[in-house]
Amino acid sequence: MNDPHLLSLTVNGTEEEVLVEPRRTLADVLRHDLRLTGTHVGCEHGVCGACTVLVDDAPVRACLMFAVQAEGADVRTVESLDDGVRLSDLQQSFSEHHALQCGFCTPGFLMLAEGVLAESPDAEREEIREALSANLCRCTGYQTIVDAVHATATSRRETTA
Amino acid sequence: MTATDVPGLEVRTAEPRFEGRRGRWVGASIPRHEDPRLLTGRGRFVDDIALTGMLHAGFVRATVAHARVTGIDLSATRAVAGVVAAYDAADLALGDIVALLDRPAEEFTPTAMPILAKDKVRFVGEPLAIVIARDPYAVEDGIEAAVVEHEVLDAIVDEATALRASTRVHDEAPDNVLLDVSMFDTPGVDEAFSHAHVTVEVTTRSGRQNALPLETRGVVASWDARDDQLLVQTCTQVPHQVRTLVARCLDVPERTVRVTVPDMGGGFGQKCVVGREEVAVAAVARRLHRPVKWIEDRREALTAGFLAREQTYRTRAAFDADGHITALDVDVVCDMGAYSCYPFTAGIEPLMASAEMPSVYRVPAYRVRGRALTSNKAPTAPYRGVSRPQYVMAIERVMEKAARALDLDPVEVRRRNVITEFPYTGVNAVTYDPGTYRESLDLAEATIREEGWYDVRASDDRAIGIGFCCFSERTGYGSEAFAKRKMTVVPGFDLSEIRMDTTGAVVVTSGTMNHGQSHETTFAQIVADRLSIDVDRVKLRQGDTERIAYGWGTFASRSVTIGGSAVALASERLGELLCRVAAHLLETRPENVAMDGDGGVVQLDDPTRRLTYEEIADVAYLRSHLLPKDVEPALTATASFDVPGDGTFSNATHAVVVEADRGTGAIRILRYVCVEDCGVVIHPQVVDGQCRGGIAQGIAGALFEEVTYDEHGEPSAASFIDYLVPTVTEIPDVSISHLETPCAFTENGAKGAGEGGTIGAPAAVLNAVNDALRHTGVELDVTPIHPRTVLSALEGGL
Ligand code: FES
Ligand code: FES
Repeated sequence: MNDPHLLSLTVNGTEEEVLVEPRRTLADVLRHDLRLTGTHVGCEHGVCGACTVLVDDAPVRACLMFAVQAEGADVRTVESLDDGVRLSDLQQSFSEHHALQCGFCTPGFLMLAEGVLAESPDAEREEIREALSANLCRCTGYQTIVDAVHATATSRRETTA
Repeated sequence: MTATDVPGLEVRTAEPRFEGRRGRWVGASIPRHEDPRLLTGRGRFVDDIALTGMLHAGFVRATVAHARVTGIDLSATRAVAGVVAAYDAADLALGDIVALLDRPAEEFTPTAMPILAKDKVRFVGEPLAIVIARDPYAVEDGIEAAVVEHEVLDAIVDEATALRASTRVHDEAPDNVLLDVSMFDTPGVDEAFSHAHVTVEVTTRSGRQNALPLETRGVVASWDARDDQLLVQTCTQVPHQVRTLVARCLDVPERTVRVTVPDMGGGFGQKCVVGREEVAVAAVARRLHRPVKWIEDRREALTAGFLAREQTYRTRAAFDADGHITALDVDVVCDMGAYSCYPFTAGIEPLMASAEMPSVYRVPAYRVRGRALTSNKAPTAPYRGVSRPQYVMAIERVMEKAARALDLDPVEVRRRNVITEFPYTGVNAVTYDPGTYRESLDLAEATIREEGWYDVRASDDRAIGIGFCCFSERTGYGSEAFAKRKMTVVPGFDLSEIRMDTTGAVVVTSGTMNHGQSHETTFAQIVADRLSIDVDRVKLRQGDTERIAYGWGTFASRSVTIGGSAVALASERLGELLCRVAAHLLETRPENVAMDGDGGVVQLDDPTRRLTYEEIADVAYLRSHLLPKDVEPALTATASFDVPGDGTFSNATHAVVVEADRGTGAIRILRYVCVEDCGVVIHPQVVDGQCRGGIAQGIAGALFEEVTYDEHGEPSAASFIDYLVPTVTEIPDVSISHLETPCAFTENGAKGAGEGGTIGAPAAVLNAVNDALRHTGVELDVTPIHPRTVLSALEGGL
C-alpha cells in the first residue's frame, strides 16, 4: 500500500515528476522533494492556512491534499509571484502596508488572496475580510493584511477599467 | 513614506527634547529590509534547512500526566524500517536543566528538568525517548512501536489539589510550591483597611494559554569535525542561552557549540527559554556525527510546548472617601506547571507581579505574597507581557469596582490615582521614568466621547459597554533590575560590533534576536543616522553565537532599548574613527572635521576638502601604512549597553466598546482605541504593528483561548479545532495614537513596544464586558470570557 507512485504535475509552470508514497502530502512534495520551501506548514490539519497554494487556480490547503491527488494538476506557489527582480503588486502592497511581521503566514495569505482576487475581483473590504478569515496570523492583528489585499483589489480594478 | 503619511497614525511630539537623536531615517516608515525574501518565499526557516545525510527526530511522549516510569522498551522501535536509533534518558546520560534563584529555602525550592524523563513523568506530552529515522514518516512509526510501562499517580491539576494533596510533583517540594515570597509588607496596610471608606475585593483569574507562534519549535543539529563543533540551528529567541545550556548538559566546552538562528515564525516568549528537545537533538547529532532535524508538530506544540498565563490574584484595596487608593493587599498564585524554565525559573511570574502590581497608581501601602505552584501540566514560559496582563487586569478591576462603590466614573477614579509626577518612586521601591499615564487616559476617553460612544451606550437597546485599561510596561530591564529578582543567571547588557568594509558597506551585529520585530530595518535606521549613510548600506547580523561574544536575545521588549543602544554606540565610535583617520589624511586637527551627512568626512574650515568613507576604508584596509601611528588597521568598533537602575516604562491606555449579543452571549468589539507612548518611535508602522498584533493576542486571551485539563491532567486542546485562535473575523481594526516621552537613558530615546498591546487588551475587554452587563448584577473577573457565561448573565440566570 505504501508503494511509491510516479506523480506528474506542473508547478509554477514547470512540469515535474516525483516518486511519492501514497501518504505523502502535497506540502511535503513541494517543500522537501521540489525544495520550494516558501509554502509553510503551521498545523498539518487544515486550519492555519500557512500551506495554502493554488491548485488549478483555486486556493487549497497543501497539508490536507495527498500529493497523488494532484496528478496532472497545475500548482502555483508563492515562488511564482515575483519575476525574479520585482515584487508583484500584491507583494508590494503587503510590504507597503506592513502586512507581515515574522512572515511565516505570509505565503499562505498571498496565495489565498490571489485566489480571492481572481474569484471576486470586485470584492470590497468586508468581503475580503470575510475571505481572509480562512487563514491564521499570530503577529499582525490582521488589519494591515486586509488593507494590503484591499489596496491591490482597488488598484487592479483601476488598471483594468 | 514618512511618519505622517501612514493612514490613521497621528504622531504627536511632546517636546523636541531629542533633537539630534532623530535623523533622516529614525522616525520614518521605510520599507522593511526583511520583506523581499519573506514575500517571495525565499526566507529560510528551520524546517527549510536540508543537510546531506540528515536524519529526523521525534519524541516518545508521556500519555499520562503523572506516573512512575517502570520500563521503557525501545526494541520494537529500533526494528522499524527506516529507524536508525532510539534513546532514552539512560542511553543519553545528559545533565538536567536547572534554573535557580539566589533565595533561601523557605522562599524557593530548586528542581531539575531532565532532558528526557527518567523515573517519573510529570505532564502529558513529556518526552521520554528520542527516535531517529531516515524520514519523518518512519519516525512516527518508530514512536508508535515504543512501549512505556508506568504506575499512574494522582495528578495535580489545580491550586486546590496542589496545596492540599499528599501527592508531590517534585519530591523536593512537599506542598507543590516552588516559590513563596512576600516581597512587600509596608507600614500602614492594616490601618488603611481599618479606616477605609470603601474596601474593594476581587479575585481575578486568567486561563492557561499558548503563546502560539505560527511556526512551531524546531532544530537542526549537525557535527562539524573540522571545527570540532556542534552546529545547532534552532528557532530560539535566546541563542547564547541555548549554547550555554547545551554545553552544560553535554558537559563539553562552550566553544564546541555554535548556535545559529534562521528566520523565525514568531516566538512571543515561548522560544525565550531553552527547550529540552533542543538539547536532546544536539546530543544525538554529536553522538551519531550526522545531521538531525526535529520539527515540533502542532499537537506537540499545543500540549507539550511551553504554556503560559494561568494565574489567580486575590486583591483587596482600600479607598478613602475621595476615591484615593490607600492600601493594596494581594495574593498572587501562578500555576507554573511541571517544571521551572531556564533561565528564568518558575519564579518569574509571581516575582514580576509582586514587584510591579501597583501599576500606574500611587499606592501608599502595599502587601503582597507571590507563589509559584507546580502541577502536572505542561511547564510555562514567560509569554508576551509576563504576568502584567494579569496584574493589570487585577488592578483595573479594582478601579472599576471602586468606581461603582464610590459612585464615580471609572475613568475619574483612575485620574485621581494615576501617577503624574516623574520620576516617581513607588511603595514597591521602583522608580518610574517620565511617561504620559494621565495624558493617555484623557486622550483615550476623549476619543471615545467625541465619537459618541457614551451616547450609544446610554440610548441603544443593545447591551453595550465601554472599558478602559491604563497601564505601564517596564521594558529594557538591565542587569541591575534583573538582579533584584535574585536570578543566578542575570540578563541585562547587550553587545554590538560594527564593521565598514572596503566598499563602505556596513555590517552590524547584535546579541538580540529578531523574530518578527523588524530589527533588520530598525537597527539599520539607527546605524544609518549615526553614520549619515543610506539605510540600505547597513546589514544587521544576529542569531549566530560565533559573531558576538554573548547576548541575551530578544524578550521583555529589550531589543531596541538595549540592543539598539549598543548598536548606536558602536556606530558612533565607528564614526569617530572615520573622522580621526580622515583628519589625519586631510592633515588637519580632528576637531576640524565632521561627517557631512552624505557618506563622507568634510574639513570644516574648507568644505572643498572631503574624503568619502570608501576612500577612508581603502586606507584603513589596503594601504594601512598611511594610517596615523596610533590607529590600528580596519574600520571596526564595539560597544556594550546596559540600562541603569530600574529601567524604563512605556505606557498606554486602551479603550474598548463591546456589544454583548443578547441572543448568543458572544462579545463583539465595536471599537478599539489605543493611545500609547513608547518614547521615540524608530519606525511608526512597526510600532503600530506591534500594538495591533499584541492587542490581537490580548483579545485572544480575553475571549477565546484556553488550555484546560481534566482531573487526570489530560489537556483539552490538541489541535486548532479545540484551541480557538482568533481569525480576522474576531479581531477588530484598532486605531492608534502616539504620545512621545523620550527615554532619557537609552541611546535613541526609545522605550520598547513589544508587549504593551497584549498587556492592556484583556483588562480593557473584561471591563467593557462588565460595563455591558451593568444592569444584570453580574460581574465577571475571569478570562477567557465564555459566551454562555455572558448569556446567562444577560438572561438573569446567574
Ligand atoms: S499547515 Fe495546512 S492548514 Fe495549517
Ligand atoms: S506575520 Fe507572523 S504569523 Fe503572520
